[in-house]
Amino acid sequence: MKWYSKTYIGVFLAFLYLPIMTLIIFSFNDTKGRTFTGFTIKWFVQLFHDAAALDALWTTIVVALVSSVIATIMGTAAAIGLEKMDTKLKAVVMNLTYIPIINPEIITGVSFMLLFVTAKKWLATMGIDFQFGWATLILAHITFNVPYVILNVLPKLRQLDQSLVEAAMDLGCNPMQAFLKVTIHEIKSGIVAGFLMSLTFSMDDFVVSYFTTGAKHQTLSVMIYAMTKKRISPEINALSTVIFIAVLAVLVSVNLLERRNEKRLKQGSLKWKGGAAR
Amino acid sequence: MERRCCTLMIYKNKIKHIVVWAMVLIMALPLFLSPMQAAAETSHAGKKVPAYDQKYYSRFKGKDVEINVYNWGEYLSTGEDGLMDINAEFEKLTGIKVNYSNYETNEGMYAKLKSGANSYDVIFPSDYMISRLIQEKMIQPLNYDNIPNFKYIGKEFLYPAYDPKNLYSVPYMWGRVCIIYNKKLIGHEIHSVDELWNAKYADKILMFKNSRDAFALALEKLGYDINTENRKELDQAAELLKQQKPLVQAYVMDQIFDKMQRNEALIAPYYIGDYYIMKEVNPDLEAFIPQNTNIYYDAMCIPSDSAHKEAAEMYINFLNEPQVAADNAAFIMYSSPNSEAVKLLDDEIREDKNLYPPKEELKNTQAFVNLSEETNLYVDQLWTDVLSQDDAYLDWVMPVFVLFSVLVLLINSIRKRRKKEMNNAGRRKNDK
Repeated sequence: MKWYSKTYIGVFLAFLYLPIMTLIIFSFNDTKGRTFTGFTIKWFVQLFHDAAALDALWTTIVVALVSSVIATIMGTAAAIGLEKMDTKLKAVVMNLTYIPIINPEIITGVSFMLLFVTAKKWLATMGIDFQFGWATLILAHITFNVPYVILNVLPKLRQLDQSLVEAAMDLGCNPMQAFLKVTIHEIKSGIVAGFLMSLTFSMDDFVVSYFTTGAKHQTLSVMIYAMTKKRISPEINALSTVIFIAVLAVLVSVNLLERRNEKRLKQGSLKWKGGAAR
Repeated sequence: MERRCCTLMIYKNKIKHIVVWAMVLIMALPLFLSPMQAAAETSHAGKKVPAYDQKYYSRFKGKDVEINVYNWGEYLSTGEDGLMDINAEFEKLTGIKVNYSNYETNEGMYAKLKSGANSYDVIFPSDYMISRLIQEKMIQPLNYDNIPNFKYIGKEFLYPAYDPKNLYSVPYMWGRVCIIYNKKLIGHEIHSVDELWNAKYADKILMFKNSRDAFALALEKLGYDINTENRKELDQAAELLKQQKPLVQAYVMDQIFDKMQRNEALIAPYYIGDYYIMKEVNPDLEAFIPQNTNIYYDAMCIPSDSAHKEAAEMYINFLNEPQVAADNAAFIMYSSPNSEAVKLLDDEIREDKNLYPPKEELKNTQAFVNLSEETNLYVDQLWTDVLSQDDAYLDWVMPVFVLFSVLVLLINSIRKRRKKEMNNAGRRKNDK
């Protein structure tokens, strides 16, 4: 590597990781200020005593998991359907899929709120009590997650060799078995990527959550955003540190496993169209 | 074939293991924390046993009542530093479940309330927002018989400008706008708002980034009412702010902490409660409070669509239990209007003349009330004008930018067409 490309990568990585490093360092800071005065773990201890913060963390995790699981199932099904559609209809549906992605989040958020408020009023006239809360949050998150799953799965479907499915059926699979053993198997990496993307977007989201959250629970992003009256508590630094390290650990181990698996596959005599490994 | 299957299986299992473990760990986090939490609570209960009116507080026991409390972030003691975890204590005492969530601005809270998405039972709006909520009938009159601890509220805080008949609100916290300065680097004490216009401190002055607070300072300097709707007076204030602009290092809100703590700026107006956070880090800082400064309140109110008014009033009452209010005031470090609570505070806080001044000193302070829609718009216009005074580049940047984009589009389309033609020509040649 030339020196300039090294510098470039160095600067690039610094920009990416310096903010996180600062945050982690300050989660161990003795005072609330932004000058480092001494080492302490009191923010971690306090965080674990803070019922409101833990409740927000719990809400965030549940909403992210539930919405991305449902979005993954719906998105995969939609992608498979789309792949079989005729071109014109497919173009129309694809454009519809892009809208939630291109649409500014604030518009998505406000329109969700208006929709749910209308639904709430309408249901109230029928005597049904509908409150903002888990349902509204998860519905909204599913909606903005589905397009990401579709966009991740579709290319994989396009790569899929249709004759493989036919071969499977020739060899005695019924359509269901062929679908599960061949199609799903081959597009698995796309599904996983879509799921992970949904998970991240859902955890990240502030704007849509802000407008659809109920009075009972709030997500972490909403809670942190509200901390502007007083200063953001270093507890949040501590919490971010915990989340960052957890995510990092999962990513590193997944990557290590992948690497090992790839090596094994290479050593193996069979040439295999690398679906699952990636 | 066999082998591939095996490696794949191993791979699949391992991934599954890792994912499962990660999930379990993340999920279990709150679980293994809750015993710690419980331990902390019991130790706390052992330390202080305030006597509450059990009969009054047990009215809703076993009735599965929940109230939705909507407060500013970080604006209620949650058990840090050995202080009371107020919501937990209230739940234990009354059996009422508190659903606690936060907002970041009065306007954000107002929007949430107006949309009708959620119904809240207790909110904590500031002065001018309270008068607006009263005007729009979004909060309801309180039943003060149900809030016996209202008697602890100091007389000087009754019948405030924003709620002149005192029907809708119980004050929660108050404070005054002060001028924070670095005594060591400036070399002497400061006794006037005028110092914010002193050219000696050029480029070391910070100023409020929001129009209401900034205009209030200019109006105070001019000796006008901070709630004035007189356009001439507002114009004069804007003129003053424009004069000040070349001296101002930056218009800030939160960044003021860093800048003052690190001696990057020497003088800045801000809220007195926050001055103490800065002083903790930088002991050279001092605060000066002008006589006619802005006094700000946050008060507890009950929205009109509250489903549990009586329980909400009980919550408000609980927040005014002397020990509860004292712990809360010590946590927030704003001034409490609850005179019994003030008696329970540490001497150091209670005797601080900035936080708890003698009553006479409050006589000339001015509280915000809601301005008319037109005045709000007018002030916003003036403020934009102040901030964009010498941003003359805006006049030429836009046209140049538009021209540039059009040019790019043009060149691109010409290039495409040329490419197409060349391709076609090539094809024709091949055909021949």
